[in-house]
Amino acid sequence: MPSRPEPFRFCTRLTLRESTGLRAVTLAQLAHYLKVLPGSVIFHHTHHYLQQHQSLTPEPPNDFAYWVSEVLGDRGLGERLASVDTVQFASIRALRDRLVATIEAHLGAHPWLRLRVAPPEEAFHFVKAVSIVLPTPYRAATLAAFAEALQAVTMDSLYYHIFEARLRLERGNDFARWFTGLGEPALAAAVATLDPYTHTMEDLRRTILTLVHRRLPHAGVP
Amino acid sequence: MTPTTLEAYEPVVGRQVLDELRYLAEHLQGRRIQHVNSTAVGGGVAEILARLVPLLTELGLPSRWDVIMGDPAFFRVTKTVHNALHGQPAVFTRRDARTFLDTTARNLKTFAWDGDIVFIHDPQPAGLIQAKPAHGGRWIWRCHVDVSAPHLGVWRFLERFVNRCDAAVFSAPQFAQRLAIRQFLIAPSIDPLSDKNRELAPETIQAILHRLEIPQDKPLVTQVSRFDRLKDPVGVIEAFRLVRRTVDCRLLLVGGGASDDPEGAQVLAEVRTRAQDDPDILIRELPPTSHLEVNALQRASTVIIQKSLREGFGLTVSEALWKGKPVVASAVGGIPLQIAHKHSGLLCRSVEGAAFALKQLLNSPRYAQQLGERGREHVRQNFLLTRHLKEYLLLLVAVERAGDIIHLNNAPGIR
Repeated sequence: MPSRPEPFRFCTRLTLRESTGLRAVTLAQLAHYLKVLPGSVIFHHTHHYLQQHQSLTPEPPNDFAYWVSEVLGDRGLGERLASVDTVQFASIRALRDRLVATIEAHLGAHPWLRLRVAPPEEAFHFVKAVSIVLPTPYRAATLAAFAEALQAVTMDSLYYHIFEARLRLERGNDFARWFTGLGEPALAAAVATLDPYTHTMEDLRRTILTLVHRRLPHAGVP
Repeated sequence: MTPTTLEAYEPVVGRQVLDELRYLAEHLQGRRIQHVNSTAVGGGVAEILARLVPLLTELGLPSRWDVIMGDPAFFRVTKTVHNALHGQPAVFTRRDARTFLDTTARNLKTFAWDGDIVFIHDPQPAGLIQAKPAHGGRWIWRCHVDVSAPHLGVWRFLERFVNRCDAAVFSAPQFAQRLAIRQFLIAPSIDPLSDKNRELAPETIQAILHRLEIPQDKPLVTQVSRFDRLKDPVGVIEAFRLVRRTVDCRLLLVGGGASDDPEGAQVLAEVRTRAQDDPDILIRELPPTSHLEVNALQRASTVIIQKSLREGFGLTVSEALWKGKPVVASAVGGIPLQIAHKHSGLLCRSVEGAAFALKQLLNSPRYAQQLGERGREHVRQNFLLTRHLKEYLLLLVAVERAGDIIHLNNAPGIR
C-alpha cells in the first residue's frame, strides 16, 4: 500500500507580458530569434491564445503559424507550423527545436522565400510570458476534496497545473502525479493522456471532474 | 463619483477573478503607490485612474493620484509632443523644450512624493522622473500612446527621462520602443460599472436623447471622440455622405474636451464648417464629465464608428463593444486587438472602406448583432478593469523580483 501523499495544494499562476524589443520581418529572422530567445518567449507565443480566448474553439493556432500564413502569405509553412502538436513535447526546448527545424527545412526547399519581407507595421514582435505563481487556499487530502476544490479554483490554476507544470517546469501533469501517489494509477493515466490542447479550459475542468467522480464511492456525474 | 468596491464586480466577472486579485494583493500589502498624470478629468487615462486608485487602496495598497500643473503654453508644447510621438510632422524648438523643462522644474519644487512605486503616465509629467534619485522607490513610465514611429528629436528628448525608470509599460508590443529598461505590456481597460458603461434603463436613455435633442426616426451612426484631427471627424463626415447616397441614416459626432487639449476648439470649428448645417449631421459638444450621456448615446446608436488616423489604444471601441454594438473602426493602434475583422466588428483603412462597412452593418442587422455579441464577450475576457488591476499588481511583483517564473511564498505546487 503506498504511503499517503501530501495534500494537493492548488496554486495559480498569473502572467504578465514583457516585450523583448525584438521583431522579425523575414522567415530567416523568425528562425534565428526562435533559436536564441528564452523559452518564456516560445511558451507565450504557443500558449497565450488559450488564455485570451478561454471559451473559444480549442486548439487554436500558434502565433508563428498565424504570422507566416497571414502576413508573409506562406500558407503551406503556416499550416505545418500550426500542425506542430504541442502535446507531444515534454519541454519548451523540444518544441522550440521542432519549430526551428520546420522553418529551416522549408527555407532549404524554397530558398527564394528568404526574399519575402513583411511591412514594418506587421512585423512579428517577440513577447515573453513572466509567470507569477502563488498558492491558493484550496488543498485536498482526498479525491472527494480534490473534486470539490477543482470546481472552485480559477482557470489560471488549472492552466498552471496542466500546461505550465508540464511544458515549462518539465514535471508532467501535476494532477496525474498526485493521483499516482494516492494509489490511483488508472485515474493518473487517464488524466496524463488527456490532450489539453483540444479542450477549452472549462471542458478540461469538466472532463477531469468526470474522471475523478467515477473513482468516488457512489460515483455519479458531477 | 462614488468609489465602487471590488465586491460590486462579482456579478460581471465572477467570484474567482476577485479571489485571484486578493491572493495576489496579499503578497504586496502595504506598498504605497503614487500615480502622476496631466489631467484630472477627460480622456481615458483619467477615467482609468479614477477607478484603479480606490480599488488598489481597497486591496491594501494605499494609492494616491497627483496631477501636474501647467499653463496653456506648457500644454501647447505637450500637445506637440503627443502628436510627434504619434509620428505626426512636428516642430519642437529649443523654446518648446525650455517651456517643458521650466514647468517641470516648478512642479518638482512643489510635488509631494509619497510612493514606494511611482507611476508616471504619458509624456507630460515625464520630466518629474528627475526626482527619482532623491525620492527613491521604483518608478514606472506608463505610456498610453503609440510611440512605434515617433518624431526622432522629440523621442530623444523624452527618452533620457524614461530610461531612468525601472520599467516602462506600453499598451501593445507594436507601440514599444527600444529602451534600456524592461518593457511590460498592459492593455488599458474599461470599467463595466462606471456611468459610461453600466446598464441603463430605457427611460434613462430616452430622457437623455430628449434632452440632447437626438431624434430617433432614422438609424444612428455615432462617433464618440475628442475633436482631434487624429480622430478624423472630417473623414467620418465624408464616409457618412457616401453611405447616405443609398441608406437613409443620421450621423452623430459626440466630443468632449480635455483640459490638456487646446487644439479641440479649432477642430470643432472645422467640423461644423464641413457639416454645412446638414440636418442629418448632429454635433454635440459635451463636458468631459458627461459619462452617462455618452453611455446613453452609444446604447441608442445603430452602429458605432471610430475612424481614427492614429490611436493609443482606442478604448471607445471597447466601450461600444461592451454595449453589444456593431463597430466599424480603423485598423490603427490598439483597435485590431479589440476587433477581429468580420468576427467582432469591421476594420477599415480609408473613407471608402469605412463607408462600405457602415452600409454592410446598416443593411444587415442580424450580421451586425452577431458581431456586437462576439465583441462584448471578447471585451469581457480581455478589456475589463479587473484584468487591468490584476496586471498592475503583477507588474509590482515583476519590478521587485527578477526572473521569468516568480514563486510567491515559495508556492511549490506538489513538490
